[in-house]
Amino acid sequence: MLLIGYGNPGRLDDGLGPALADAIEKFNLPDVTVDSDYQLTVEDASSVSEHDVVIFADAALKGQEPFFFKEIQPKSDISFSTHSIEPEAVLALAHDLFKADTKAYVLGIRGYEFNDFGEKLSDKAQNNLLDAIEFIKKCFLEKKFI
Amino acid sequence: MSDNNLKRITIEPVTRVEGHGKVSLLLDDQNNVKQARLHIVEFRGFERFIIGRPYWEVPVLVQRLCGICPVSHHLAAAKAMDIIAGVDELTPTAEKIRRLMHYGQMFQSHALHFFHLCSPDLLFGFDADPAIRNVIGVAQKFPELAVQGVMMRKYGQEIIKATAGKKIHGTGAIPGGVNKNLSIEERDFLLKDIDQMVEWAIGAVEIAKDYTLKNVDLAKTFGTFESNHLGLVRKDGAMDLYHGNLRAVDKDGNKIFDQVDYKNYVDYIAEEVKDWSYMKFPFIKSIGAEDGWYRVGPLSRVNICDFIDTPLAEKERQEFMAITGGKPNHMTLAYHWTRMIETLHSIEKIKELLNDPDLQGTDLVKTGKRRGEAVGLLEAPRGTLFHHYKVDENDQVTMANLIVSTTNNNTPMNMAVQRVAEDHLSGKPEITEGLLNHIEVAIRAYDPCLSCATHAMGKMPLMVSLFDHKGELVDKKVKE
Repeated sequence: MLLIGYGNPGRLDDGLGPALADAIEKFNLPDVTVDSDYQLTVEDASSVSEHDVVIFADAALKGQEPFFFKEIQPKSDISFSTHSIEPEAVLALAHDLFKADTKAYVLGIRGYEFNDFGEKLSDKAQNNLLDAIEFIKKCFLEKKFI
Repeated sequence: MSDNNLKRITIEPVTRVEGHGKVSLLLDDQNNVKQARLHIVEFRGFERFIIGRPYWEVPVLVQRLCGICPVSHHLAAAKAMDIIAGVDELTPTAEKIRRLMHYGQMFQSHALHFFHLCSPDLLFGFDADPAIRNVIGVAQKFPELAVQGVMMRKYGQEIIKATAGKKIHGTGAIPGGVNKNLSIEERDFLLKDIDQMVEWAIGAVEIAKDYTLKNVDLAKTFGTFESNHLGLVRKDGAMDLYHGNLRAVDKDGNKIFDQVDYKNYVDYIAEEVKDWSYMKFPFIKSIGAEDGWYRVGPLSRVNICDFIDTPLAEKERQEFMAITGGKPNHMTLAYHWTRMIETLHSIEKIKELLNDPDLQGTDLVKTGKRRGEAVGLLEAPRGTLFHHYKVDENDQVTMANLIVSTTNNNTPMNMAVQRVAEDHLSGKPEITEGLLNHIEVAIRAYDPCLSCATHAMGKMPLMVSLFDHKGELVDKKVKE
């Protein structure tokens, strides 16, 4: 199982994804690989293809508190913005290029403050992060995804 | 013509480039382009973020500026902080580890751009259906090429991981040196695929070259304009992407200045502010703001250097320069060809370094007498990157000025947009997605990184807005 936490820790709550990855990595869970980056890029498709399950963890600008969690499918009719790509597109690349059959989920942790520089999560985001950590740790330990 | 007959089209943000940018086109009632401008929303708060921090934290902090080229900022800041720490020359191991990191960054960044950002335009055509003109389309129609791009990108990232540590918390370069060498195991792991990477890089040069030569009539005009070029060169005039002195040439290749120590850059380069743009416009002081703007990046670096010190890339450089008789090549689309020449150069340098036993040395850091001010420069994938700092007696940063590569290319990107808009949009009865993409193709050639912002879910729609001369929105299209 692979967890990719992504976002920019220098942009306040945008650092939720890497913060989750840091926390989960410290548990040293069996059969779990943890990675973090500023954003998703094409080579993540290769890593995804080497795992049965992948969880993409990111900060969410809006939506359910403290987080949402949903399964995603490969999506090839995606408009691309920038050098980074979306989880569904990473999955599509893993599927098309590496014939992967990886199950994929998105964990969107609700954040609130994004529009400044600073390496600190807001209090509300920090609380959401703690809930997300507990949730995802339990899922990994109970292998709920497979 | 009265203003009542003008309408404004805005593309926001530009797809497949970084951050938030928008293109606004001012048209008259005949759909002739009256004015084309690239607006980039640059976050100006970053320098403030650095002020007050201890100088040794800066090489790590500045990586937060950009999720696409964190290594370039990491190394430019580290070079400046070497000077602050009183170190003018690193140990051979430290110098070579940093160079390996830098070439790894160059290799993966150029590969990503070529295979996954610009190849859809080149392989499917500028007017192709946007549903297929993207990396997924490439993966489905040209899977071998797409796999090469992914694996080249991944290889570069492995080099960064081995030299800088974690992707998001890279700490490899520290003031005065590095904090780790390359183990034998890491070296052997990277050497395992090196010949494959060289072979793919040669193939990538061929693709870019073939495209340019087969479409030379288009390339000669598409977003093309004469300009000055600026970059770093080694003392003997060789291309050097990590360290060197500043050289600037004019449109004919005559040197405007040469072998300028970059610590004195403020004597040669100034920045102009324009009221319609958040981003500054750098220019060569001796020429002035009107005509002193310049281009940076792969095209400029190949144009200004006397030679490349790796054999395969040098052969390609000679072939490239031959088509303009040794004079600077000004074709915007030639950025792709030169970017692939640099990709080949980078992998040749990586191979050379991996076979150098100095990488396993243990003398990693030097110290010296503290200084108060320093400039760090290098050639980032997108062009020359300037980091300038002042540090007080309490080791805290009191001033930071960064001129990033994309800022250096600000005027040229606007020139390219203007040229393409005039040639490809004027007089057309309808502004189609394909036509608008011509503008984006011109911008993408520069591989701009428009100030990496937050990217959290739901943050990056493509918005196309149509305004009338009074600034009132009359149409809008959004791509989620």
